[in-house]
Amino acid sequence: MAKFTIPEEEYMNPGHVGCLGCGACNAMRYTLKALGPKTIMSIPACCWAVMPGPFPAKCLEVPLINTAFEVTGASISGIKAALDAKGITDVTVVGFAGDGGTADIGIQALSGMVERGTDVIYIMYDNEAYMNTGIQRSSSTPIGAWTTTTPVGNTKDWKKQPKKNMMDIMVAHKIPYAATCSIGYPEDMIKKLRKAKEIRGPKFIQVFAPCPTGWRMLPENTIEVCRLAIDTAAQPLYEVENGVYTISRKPKELKPIKDYMAIQGRFRHLPVEEIEAIQKTVNWEWNRLLKLEEFTKGLVEQ
Amino acid sequence: MVMTGNYASAYGAKVCRAEVISAYPITPQTSIVEKIATLVSSGEMKAQFVKVESEHSAMAALISASMTGARTYTATSSHGLLLMHELLIWAAGARTPIVMSNVCRANGPPWSVWADHHDAIAQRDTGWMQVFCEGNQEVLDSIIMAYKLGENPNIRLPTMINEDAFILSHTVEPVDVPEMEDVDDFLPPYNPRFKLDVDEPYGFGSLVMPEMYMEFRFKINEAMEAARQGWRDVEKDFEKKFGRNHGGMVEFYQCEDADAVLIMAGSIASTAKDVVDKLRSEGKKVGLARIRIFRPFPVEEIRKLAGMTNILAMCDHSYTFGHWGPMAQEVRGALYDLADKPLLKNYIVGLGGKDMTPEVIEKIYLKTLALKDGLDADIEWIGVKGHGGW
Repeated sequence: MAKFTIPEEEYMNPGHVGCLGCGACNAMRYTLKALGPKTIMSIPACCWAVMPGPFPAKCLEVPLINTAFEVTGASISGIKAALDAKGITDVTVVGFAGDGGTADIGIQALSGMVERGTDVIYIMYDNEAYMNTGIQRSSSTPIGAWTTTTPVGNTKDWKKQPKKNMMDIMVAHKIPYAATCSIGYPEDMIKKLRKAKEIRGPKFIQVFAPCPTGWRMLPENTIEVCRLAIDTAAQPLYEVENGVYTISRKPKELKPIKDYMAIQGRFRHLPVEEIEAIQKTVNWEWNRLLKLEEFTKGLVEQ
Repeated sequence: MVMTGNYASAYGAKVCRAEVISAYPITPQTSIVEKIATLVSSGEMKAQFVKVESEHSAMAALISASMTGARTYTATSSHGLLLMHELLIWAAGARTPIVMSNVCRANGPPWSVWADHHDAIAQRDTGWMQVFCEGNQEVLDSIIMAYKLGENPNIRLPTMINEDAFILSHTVEPVDVPEMEDVDDFLPPYNPRFKLDVDEPYGFGSLVMPEMYMEFRFKINEAMEAARQGWRDVEKDFEKKFGRNHGGMVEFYQCEDADAVLIMAGSIASTAKDVVDKLRSEGKKVGLARIRIFRPFPVEEIRKLAGMTNILAMCDHSYTFGHWGPMAQEVRGALYDLADKPLLKNYIVGLGGKDMTPEVIEKIYLKTLALKDGLDADIEWIGVKGHGGW
């Protein structure tokens, strides 16, 4: 008989108000399954500020504080400090923020939190744009994507800049643990979160969380697009522990990035030569990651 | 002990056993956080000090710490306070009884590190209670009173303790630091009924629909209204325990039979009291009313003042560009319903640390006494070069 690798306990009840096929929804569900009920969660402005349900409803079975958009890192620092002051040591403090709240408006508070060595888990659920406000570009939006503020139009005004690499930024902070995960690979995600829970100091988890509404794709393709993101190396799964890189999932041969882009409407406008240029970047980034893994392997013993 | 207003602030946080401190340095607040860091590192003060990367994060961290059930303290000034603005509204909305010292300093540009009240006044509508202090003892004592009142389950509001830059922050005065055991008797540990607790997993601050939002705001205002009597009571209780008071919401000095009364807030009142004594000795019947609690606004006390004199003049240390000084507006509003109103003149004084010497204040008094035949102008900026500066 197959063994359950995902905990059966549920800490997210029915009644959330997320969209059909919402990746952020599973990101929360798996996070709580991994971390359990002794968790305090801080959520800034983002889809999840709304998704627990309007007052007095709340679909999460953990204490939850809503905070301003840009303060997640500071908020969880404050919760942790208060728990320390009270001598409470068995509670995991989690910040759960979107990519805009993390990579853009919240990056200062996050940077401060990590630099101070705060013993918390910061989770960035990455749906690659400001989805709660209606699909505006963030610095985490990938190159080539349509959003409502990169509307393509006659001037070909799609997003021209590459996605900000938050993992690199976290590694530059000498963070003890940073990992990417994906709701398409829940076992891997739960394993990484549990590992993060056991490590003291700041932890950063970037969860790939597709948004069918914003990515202009069918809700039933959420998991499919997660798998393609790994198979094409659009969003590789890896972790960095004390500077040592480990790639969690290595496809034998990468699928072409166009396979990943083809099932999403947000890349539909891209001419072939743009897709080819993006393919080169993806190859370069993947090779860089392989080299980083190889290069840092020898650091394990130190 | 002899100490600056800033050290009085730090000792205030210490004797109240603040459990979480979070702050970012800004002139002239820095010696508060330096002193607290020293007290924490020496073990004299048992607190978590979160050394954040901005004032914005300082306030955000304290809101979350307060909601986790900790007593919290921070200090800031001027631009640091302005940067906090969003979170000040959040702190009141979240009903967190944070206490914050604000070293009142002018806002740039042009850069100025000297005293005026524009920083604090610009936060008038955030839902914070505001105290303006005349001296360093009052700075310390007000912190104790602010926790006592702010943590009252019927109030649950944050408080800003305003002390003037340099005039208080860096000037030493004798200050009695109460014994911690006495403060413990007066101020029990903070233990809110609702907090972030894994055994009772409530959610805080979620979205509310229009049919519920206004109710939350109504309750904040209800608490602020209750805090009017709250300040009167807490100061009486404080006096019973510690043997001193600071004059209630508005301190009246020689107002009873005065021909003219100046209204002020902050440290300038200390100089003005000397001027009142001098003018009284010369037979000129003048008085001083010092607004100590600015939020909630002491409407009753201001109305009482109307029965004492025929000429009032508000000396504002800030300005609402386009409409008088803000305290003058509020005093005027409080007087509106009275049938028999005194004259009310508004002086704008001492912006960016422009020195308010006894001579300047005396001239203002004489100018005000001369208004017995009627107002010359609603408002007058004092000492502006090229505009009647004297």
